[in-house]
Amino acid sequence: MDFLTLIQVLDSTVRLATPLLLACLAGLYSERAGIFDIGLEGKMLMAAFFSAAIAASTGNVWLGLLAGIGSSLMLAALHGVASITFRGNQLISGVAINFLAAGLTVLIAQDWFKQGGRTPSLLSGGRFEGLEWPFAIGPQDAEATGQPVSQLMKDANPVQQVYSELLSGHSILVYLAFLAVPATWWLLYRTRFGLRLRAVGENPAAVDTAGVSVVGLRFAAVAICGLLCGIAGAYLATALQAGFVKDMTAGRGFIALAALIFAKWRPWQAMWACLLFGLLQAISLRFQNIELGPIVVPVQAMDALPYILTVVILAGFVGKAIPPRAGGEPYVKER
Amino acid sequence: MEKMPKWADVVLIPLISLALAAGLSALVILAIGEDPIAAVKLMVDGALGSSYGWGYTLYYATNFMFTGLAVAVAAHAGLFNIGGEGQAMLGGLGVAVICLFIPWPHWTLALLFATLGAGLFGAAWAAIPAYLQAKRGSHIVITTIMFNFIAAAVLNYVLVNVLKPASSMDPASARFSETVHLPSLHELLAPLGIAFSKSAPANVSLLVAILACLAVWLLIWRTSLGFEIRSLGKSEAGARYAGISPVKITIIAMMISGALAGMMAINNVMGEAERLVLNATEGAGFIGIAVALMGRNHPFGVFLAAILFGFLYQGGAELALWTKIPRELIVVIQALVILFTGALDNMVRIPLEKIFLAFRKEAN
Repeated sequence: MDFLTLIQVLDSTVRLATPLLLACLAGLYSERAGIFDIGLEGKMLMAAFFSAAIAASTGNVWLGLLAGIGSSLMLAALHGVASITFRGNQLISGVAINFLAAGLTVLIAQDWFKQGGRTPSLLSGGRFEGLEWPFAIGPQDAEATGQPVSQLMKDANPVQQVYSELLSGHSILVYLAFLAVPATWWLLYRTRFGLRLRAVGENPAAVDTAGVSVVGLRFAAVAICGLLCGIAGAYLATALQAGFVKDMTAGRGFIALAALIFAKWRPWQAMWACLLFGLLQAISLRFQNIELGPIVVPVQAMDALPYILTVVILAGFVGKAIPPRAGGEPYVKER
Repeated sequence: MEKMPKWADVVLIPLISLALAAGLSALVILAIGEDPIAAVKLMVDGALGSSYGWGYTLYYATNFMFTGLAVAVAAHAGLFNIGGEGQAMLGGLGVAVICLFIPWPHWTLALLFATLGAGLFGAAWAAIPAYLQAKRGSHIVITTIMFNFIAAAVLNYVLVNVLKPASSMDPASARFSETVHLPSLHELLAPLGIAFSKSAPANVSLLVAILACLAVWLLIWRTSLGFEIRSLGKSEAGARYAGISPVKITIIAMMISGALAGMMAINNVMGEAERLVLNATEGAGFIGIAVALMGRNHPFGVFLAAILFGFLYQGGAELALWTKIPRELIVVIQALVILFTGALDNMVRIPLEKIFLAFRKEAN
């Protein structure tokens, strides 16, 4: 494997890690506030459909993004009402949201576009295009020299390869996702809101005694979760791919959940976990069975690896993952 | 004092939840420009109007009885087993191994051992998350979700690299031999002089499923193990004080749950496909959650709810065939049932309790 191949795998790692990272941070806000969310998958799927549908019919990707976020927020609100207002079972609510999204997206897609549960392919303008950084090798250079981009990239020096292939050329949502990591760290550990949010996931009674609304904080956390899942879904349908297809999230919401546990509910570690799981996806996309000397690692093992790693971490064999203490329990005043 | 009579809790709340789910589904059908009343008529005709329709309804119901019972048994122990899908996949592997590699003289023996094999594989797949929950404190919901994905990868690997006949492109096992063919309801009912559709897939597994309902009822309410399972589900501290080992009961309850989910495979793998295919479970493991919630974790409730969902599945297939309504409508209905009977239970329960309390005050 040469240097350029490595850079290309890392480049696709970044692309594939982005939706995981956004969903993982979404889950981080929710679970840090004591609301378990196994409905990340459903919210992403709903946002993926609505962003693609609106982007396809208006030709404006930003309206699509807004529609995606809006639809994800609706499901987040449903989760909030069920698990905060009516103190229902948060896990069951998450399961219901996943199925609701899986069913409704195909139902509406079929009704609107009649293409077997998919949206039309998005043309330019309906998609988030890659941002070319200054001095990066891009289509303009290809036109100027009359050689394809891939050939130019091959001839360039390693620094330029890293700069043009790995750093430049992603859509704005990729950079947004990675900026969300320090932003989340700052919000959680350096602001009053963050302190309260973490406290409400550990000991809601104490927050309540201090005169801060438990319900308000938890709804705020669930709303942030909806926002981030919305961006994640929109990225899937309008940047990573061009349009919505049935069940296109393909378990990414659960991989994000796995990454969240892997990271022990901390933002920087969440980024590394998502990059690791993104790398696994990138490798299994690029290579089929991997030969390590005499042993052949089948592609299915690569698919299962994020889940196996999560179980190992959960089991506490390699550093124990302890969730926020009040997670999953509805808060009742005056016990 | 009970706030509500028992019948209201057991019958009224599920019915109101179901009515809410049905009402919303009707709105969804209206929104996509179809007539809900015509749709219901078509579903009833298609699923219950002929012995062919019944054959499919009961076939699906058999799957859902097993997976519903699996969720219910775990729920009695206070555990949420979301891994029925993976356990049912592994059960399919168990059935395939038993049917492919042992020359059975008669289907009765084959069915007996296939049921055991399916149960054993399912139980083993549930045992690992159960052990991790009981001993290492890892959350059973997350581990069983992860095990669903791992099961899918395992099945994919085994089908492509081990069980697939060399001559075939399709990731599926070879066809089982004729001797392990399970009699369909047509073959079972013909000697009794009852004509039943030949082409419907409902088979003798339905009887096994009904037996399983009875067995679970006996287990939960008529044995000391069942008592221990229920005590653990009500209060872990209480159970511990009564000398019940939470570790032991957690593992046993989850293994029974996994075995029940795995046993679904005698219906879909042995009874219908007669070979192991990729994604043989078709989401039945998840429908078990809705079935158990709807049936209030009682085997009889699970039996009724499984038939209801069997009807929805077959009716939904008919809708997809004759109207513009896609099959995914069923997924929406399933989501709404889970939402109303599970997550939004208090939304129905609290006003209802208030009404009953008001009536009681007036009566006094």
